Amino acid sequence: MSLAPVAKRDADEQRKAVSWYEASARERVRLLLDVRSFREFIGPEKREISPHLHIFNLPEQFDDGMIVGRGLLDGQKVFIAAQEGRFMGGAFGEVHGAKLTGLLRAVRDAPSIPLVILFDTGGVRLQEANAGELAIAEIVRALIEARTAGAKVVGLIGGRAGCYGGGGLIAGCCSALAVSEQGRISVSGPEVIETNRGVEEFDSKDRALVWRTMGGKHRRLIGGADMFVDDTIESFRVAAIHLIRCSSGFDTDVLESEQLRLTQRLQQFGLCTDAIQIWRAAGIKDAEAVPGMATGDFIALANKIREPRYDAR
Amino acid sequence: METFSYHHKVPQRASGSKPMAIVGVVASGNLEVLVERVLPDTDCELDIKTAAEGFGAVWKQVVADFVELRSPGGLKLSVNDGGARPDTVALRLAQAVRLIEEADP
Repeated sequence: MSLAPVAKRDADEQRKAVSWYEASARERVRLLLDVRSFREFIGPEKREISPHLHIFNLPEQFDDGMIVGRGLLDGQKVFIAAQEGRFMGGAFGEVHGAKLTGLLRAVRDAPSIPLVILFDTGGVRLQEANAGELAIAEIVRALIEARTAGAKVVGLIGGRAGCYGGGGLIAGCCSALAVSEQGRISVSGPEVIETNRGVEEFDSKDRALVWRTMGGKHRRLIGGADMFVDDTIESFRVAAIHLIRCSSGFDTDVLESEQLRLTQRLQQFGLCTDAIQIWRAAGIKDAEAVPGMATGDFIALANKIREPRYDAR
Repeated sequence: METFSYHHKVPQRASGSKPMAIVGVVASGNLEVLVERVLPDTDCELDIKTAAEGFGAVWKQVVADFVELRSPGGLKLSVNDGGARPDTVALRLAQAVRLIEEADP
């Protein structure tokens, strides 16, 4: 397929200008992939909507907030899945989850083609909680099967819903993750922790606390995410290409290496009660300055403190 | 939830040849519009599902204005609405038609 040079130049410029955080899931997919290479599976015209939301008198979305398909990334075939964080907070329901499970099974059967997952989720949709929880379990199983078959699965996190609940568990099973400052990765969200354990345990109104505990910079510094990127489509695209190439496979050595990494992390930081203490213990002298640091400075610091490693996970 | 269906006769078919386009998301104050080229050139249909009940008269007017302004012949527009204001609805309908009319190389 020959593309007009204008279309390619336009896409290059848009990728650098468009904020990942502000973009819709469809815009992220369109710009992340090579120009006009995206082909959707079970698109909105199929109207595979949630069978549960109407019972609660809630509006449906034709793609149920999950876009799946295939395309090209820097000329290489990839599978892609993207959550729309503005529809039901990007939460997993029956159809939303089944689309990702199905895609992961396709990846398992064609493991030379990597998968990129654009997470943007608050976790499981409360209105279809049982179906949603089952979907998380099925996705984790399918993801592990895909990785066992040799596929790379790379997660990108920088949307307004962050990556919470079951989404955080799925992200933890990926081959590698890239996160922006705006991206947050956790299982229980700030409000959930406060509701269950009290405001003294976690004050969800304290935005600085939320960001330094769950935000992209902290996740990069403790090794939860492998790359920290700017909030542009271009930065995420470069990261996805890099992580597909560099991330680890999946075997006993990798699992043992991951266990060792987590054991060492617990030994090193287990007694810390705040992220700033962790950063200081990791060797960052001016730890208080981390949240305000510009992206370039932070990436340089993070690489000095902790080289990205791809032998674990 | 409330649903509305409208059918209009229009003088001109929508240009372009794309079979389908989609804009917007279903969120508070927002809506998605799925537009498909599936009808005869003189027809336009809109199916609307909205979370905000009791605004039938406003929908009818916004749709009539849209059809008159755009003459979206041949198009079926399906709307999932999360309670958007009429100006947002008008904007999304226009965006949807513009998108399906764009050249598809």
